[in-house]
Amino acid sequence: MREVDFNEIVSGVKNLINYTSANLPKDSIDALERAMNEEKSPVSREVLRQILENSQIASKEFRPLCQDTGLAVFFIKIGDEVKIKGGNIKNAINIATAEAYKESYLRASTCHPFTRANLQNSVGYNLPAIIHFDIVEGNKIDIEYAAKGGGSENVSKAIVLPPASGTNGIIKFVRETISKAGSNPCPPLTVGIGIGGTFEKCAISSKHALFRDIGSINPDPEMAELENIILEDLNKLGIGSMGMGGTKTVLAVHIESNPCHIASLPVSVNVQCHSSRHGHITF
Amino acid sequence: MGTTYYLKTPLQNEDVSKLRAGDIVFLNGIIYTARDAAHKKLVDLMSAGKNLPFDLNGAVIYFVGPTPPKPSEPIGSAGPTTSYRMDSYSPTLIANGLRGMIGKGERSQEVIDSCVKYGAVYFGATGGAGALLGKRIKSSEIIAYPELGPEAIRKIEVEDFPVTVINDVLGDDLYQKGRAEYEIK
Repeated sequence: MREVDFNEIVSGVKNLINYTSANLPKDSIDALERAMNEEKSPVSREVLRQILENSQIASKEFRPLCQDTGLAVFFIKIGDEVKIKGGNIKNAINIATAEAYKESYLRASTCHPFTRANLQNSVGYNLPAIIHFDIVEGNKIDIEYAAKGGGSENVSKAIVLPPASGTNGIIKFVRETISKAGSNPCPPLTVGIGIGGTFEKCAISSKHALFRDIGSINPDPEMAELENIILEDLNKLGIGSMGMGGTKTVLAVHIESNPCHIASLPVSVNVQCHSSRHGHITF
Repeated sequence: MGTTYYLKTPLQNEDVSKLRAGDIVFLNGIIYTARDAAHKKLVDLMSAGKNLPFDLNGAVIYFVGPTPPKPSEPIGSAGPTTSYRMDSYSPTLIANGLRGMIGKGERSQEVIDSCVKYGAVYFGATGGAGALLGKRIKSSEIIAYPELGPEAIRKIEVEDFPVTVINDVLGDDLYQKGRAEYEIK
């Protein structure tokens, strides 16, 4: 059994959060530059220019890319031949989140759902982190992280369609969701789609789909084709960057699919704004 | 693209009435920050007949909850938040002198109608450009509701703060116009 030190995880995850808050990953920058070159609307092109200038300022001066520094979301794969020395992984992630968000002057955005009181002085600074665990073979711990903002989360939707709806039903549901969202989720977007599984499984898959690098090819050729069809369909909506009108509403569509019940076709759409702050670290 | 203007706050009626959806405006002077929680408190004060923490006449409100400032800086990153959450409060403020709002995303028909009736505009700032926009804020002071943390009301001074007119006094809407131009049916 391989051992990984608790403090090593805390400090590695802290660095990941700090870095991600001010440095847009290369896949996002490349996708935004491509969009700026291809966008037909001059107003949307100017918005994209500001977004790219913002990423340069943030990186150079170590400022948060966006004031919505998000809830801290993690997908963690733990090998069955590794154990953590000196504490458990959930505590390590939460400690790293609270310390990184506080030290880097990131916003604490968690609140009580009814009173709306900020939880920074009760539960902890921007705690709890949202953590999804999986057990895999091997002796490594793989941690994927994203800072997930509220504006794009607010337009996300899940539905369980009847199986007869088929692919056309999925395309229609995604189009309606993004069309209705309009300018609110800060386009140009990445659209994560979970298909199959159960009600909650497809929602989690749609979230995880957002962690994939923009521009990467889906290993399932059938899903890769559906991603292209939906991408083309969504870019006909005309919403453009920040809703100003344009030809580049969506940068990428990412699909994750799962086997499902014979009676159901669950579909979930999780939306990511243009500031797709994500990264990963392996221990 | 529309006309470019440099305007000082508080906004004058003649400033507001010349602006058209699509115009670019660089704002200079004092503006106030408020999100949902602060809006609710402002409207509650007005219905109780009490004074507001700032003068609404010609005022511009920025829908923002900034990140905490680093010790040497006036404010952290400060881009707009989604505006529809303020839709139920904005008409009351507009009817009482508010002349400009800065946010992102579509407004309700009631807000658009209030802009026409009383002469106010809704500006869009680039969401997610918090580092760029934060640098255009030269000073910041919490003037009410510090207990709301990022949602407290701040009096901020902006310099050439870049915004685009989304809804004007004629009832025009840049989001609708822009989308209609590029939508493929």
